[in-house]
Amino acid sequence: MAATITAPAPNYLNATKGWKSWLLTLDHKRIAILYMVAIAVFFLVGGVMAMLIRLELLNPGRDLVGANTYNKLFTLHGAIMIFLFIIPGIPAILGNFLLPILLGARDVAFPRLNLASWYIFMLGGLFALYSIITGSIDTGWTFYTPYSTQTDTSVVSMTLGAFILGFSSILTGLNFIVTIHKLRLPGITWYRLPLFVWSIYATAIIQVLATPVLGITLLLLVVERLAGIGIFDPAMGGDPVLYQHFFWFYSHPAVYIMILPGMGIISELITTHSHKKIFGYKAVAYSSLGIALVSFLVWGHHMFVSGQSELAAMLFSFLTFFVGIPSGIKVFNWVTTMYRGSIVLNTPMLYALSFLFLFSIGGFTGIFLGALAVDVHLHDTYFIVAHFHYVMMGGTVMAFLGGIHHWWPKMFGKLYNEFWAKIACGLIFVGFNVTFGSQFILGSQGMPRRYYTYVDQYQPLHAFSTFGSWILGAGFLIMAVYLIHSLVKGKRAGSNPWYSLTMEWETSSPPPTENFIELPSLTHGPYDYDKVLPINVEPDGKPAKLKEAVS
Amino acid sequence: MDTTGTLFFPPGGSTYAGDVDSLFYFIYYASAIMFALVIGATIFFIIRYRRRQQTGKTYGKDHNFALEVTWTVIPTILILIVFVWGFRSYMRMNVVPRDAMEVKVTGQKWFWSFAYGSGASSVNELVVPVGQPVKLLMSSRDVIHSFFIPNFRMKMDVLPNRYTITWFEATRTGEFDLFCTEYCGQGHSEMIGRVKVLGEREFSEWLDAGSGPGQGESLVDYGRRLYTSRACNTCHSIDGSANVGPTFKGIFGRQEAMVAGGFITVDENYIRESILQPQAKVVAGYQPVMPTYQGILKDRDIDALIAFMKSLSNE
Repeated sequence: MAATITAPAPNYLNATKGWKSWLLTLDHKRIAILYMVAIAVFFLVGGVMAMLIRLELLNPGRDLVGANTYNKLFTLHGAIMIFLFIIPGIPAILGNFLLPILLGARDVAFPRLNLASWYIFMLGGLFALYSIITGSIDTGWTFYTPYSTQTDTSVVSMTLGAFILGFSSILTGLNFIVTIHKLRLPGITWYRLPLFVWSIYATAIIQVLATPVLGITLLLLVVERLAGIGIFDPAMGGDPVLYQHFFWFYSHPAVYIMILPGMGIISELITTHSHKKIFGYKAVAYSSLGIALVSFLVWGHHMFVSGQSELAAMLFSFLTFFVGIPSGIKVFNWVTTMYRGSIVLNTPMLYALSFLFLFSIGGFTGIFLGALAVDVHLHDTYFIVAHFHYVMMGGTVMAFLGGIHHWWPKMFGKLYNEFWAKIACGLIFVGFNVTFGSQFILGSQGMPRRYYTYVDQYQPLHAFSTFGSWILGAGFLIMAVYLIHSLVKGKRAGSNPWYSLTMEWETSSPPPTENFIELPSLTHGPYDYDKVLPINVEPDGKPAKLKEAVS
Repeated sequence: MDTTGTLFFPPGGSTYAGDVDSLFYFIYYASAIMFALVIGATIFFIIRYRRRQQTGKTYGKDHNFALEVTWTVIPTILILIVFVWGFRSYMRMNVVPRDAMEVKVTGQKWFWSFAYGSGASSVNELVVPVGQPVKLLMSSRDVIHSFFIPNFRMKMDVLPNRYTITWFEATRTGEFDLFCTEYCGQGHSEMIGRVKVLGEREFSEWLDAGSGPGQGESLVDYGRRLYTSRACNTCHSIDGSANVGPTFKGIFGRQEAMVAGGFITVDENYIRESILQPQAKVVAGYQPVMPTYQGILKDRDIDALIAFMKSLSNE
């Protein structure tokens, strides 16, 4: 029997060996794995901090740590989750892995630059680590002046870290834009691109255009602290609100850097697992670009009570509502896509449905905050905390987890345990709603954010929220176990376990270093489920029909 | 005007609170209906179009002009209503009535002080008459703070380099929470005050009385009252526990090591200097973060606080 087995063709994971082959790799897939390892560590650290924050808030007064430590914890939780997890997460891991494959390319346009981006990312991470070791930082992730100019914590190293991370983000965006323009296989026109590519493209535009503004702002803050040149601190003749304008000019578009790639993933998950052509391809594609454009014009909605003029407030409120419309259209398109589909409720699809549920709540609660008079009451309360967690975690992280579960068999050639994956997904969904749903009520009842202690009437809801965080933590713990288990003992995956029509499923799992042994045939578009029946090539090389995938 | 509060809101107490709540509920119900439609359709499709044994090619129509126009136009109309309503209410909250009584609000780490036209002043306790518009002229002595009264649905940032202005008119008497909602450091969550809304007569009595020891009140008792009303208790304990600043328990006559080196025995003059120029001689192990009380505490107030501290050392 042994004689008849041919050794499987080498894939990108085992083509070369040794740590050097990883740290000096130019393969976009390996670079994606490097990002994945680093980002998973950052997510773990940020997540543990979140659990500690919730534990401290179980009761008013001191439960666990003092006020100064608490202030550092929520600052680090925010800064790590935003700069080291959610901004790079989807583009750097799934974007890097999938983009060239989806275009039929061998690699990104600039493979060396791609590796350099990872090293710059790690350098930024080291600066953040240095900041934590040397006294940490207690300004909140927004680094608002003049508090950030006056506090004696390690603001300079942390902001320099964020400054450096910005370059990683810019270079990755630049790389993706050029790749999408120049490396599409002949025949893959813009309208034949999977929607994930459109969303990565829109994201890359924001990364390239908005991130330099953050870089300049943080550099000015560093100059003010080190050289004492008054830019933002009134004590030196500066204007603290100017900082807020600069900061949000980047950081609002950055919200869309975080959510657009997630939306791209949802388009792929819903079409594949409903086995259905996307409803309104162009509407979904162009709404990504529309969101990217309008996102630059709404930063002032973070500042409705900062003392900016009524005229500015009116304009920003108006424009804010118009960034909501394209997001709403996307949700309607996704739901309609399921109409007359062939829906299978596996783990990736459950995450996609969680996304629809949670992101809708995040979007609707955004309308409360765009309405000027209501925002005055809700601004800087737990309502905001709940809102952006519903968008960022309920939206982006659910999409990210869905994407990880969707492409895991492609990335590692292994299947995870579907039963435990569904349990974990259910725990995360319930835990998330318990943790953050209660915070909407806390906020509209008047509980301010960034509070170490609070008045007694808020205790029951805070306790409820803390219980939720334990459910959430349990879900992630189970996920870590079954994902690692699948790498070691998971069943081998076929080329196309979900019976998808997008191009990454035409190559083997895991793909070879050059992505395709034979160039893909391009006989169908990514969503032609009305014309073609996809085929899965099992690990033993036998093609399988769709019905066998259903248990 | 409800006085019990609802699931979402604490009971309202200002003239514009009802309007804010109404807009909130309008958005809430409109969103709830649309959310129910989206999730309802999703659940229906999942059940109706669940993948069964065998599957083939699926339905290929990917456009429906009427449907797409509908789901673009209806939300657009709804959000335009919300925008106009929100803006009009916002203008009401921002345009100060001409007959408003002015109170100067100062935020600093980590307490609020209020100065009235009559010369009266208070710390962490904003006292206002019911049924009269109150204009707040606000500024900060250090970093940015934000002035938030949940019951009144009002909030405005307090900046160190210029004045911000807002107003409210309380509709009923009572006591309400006042929070700082712009993160300002270690004592941020304890930068909490009270808003006391009094009847017109009680308010003018309060203005006339000003501060000062009450009738028959001893200097020590008056000092004890100042200890909380002037927010010393935010940072200094009286039970010996460490806080932002040294505890007052046994402080009088104690030898303290200084940040700048050397020792000082705490006496009347050291306490006086520490209240008026807190950064002059800081006790080792503590940050130089205390704000000056120059202009907030009068001489007789400082006398009373010293007497109070002495009493804590004799026990």
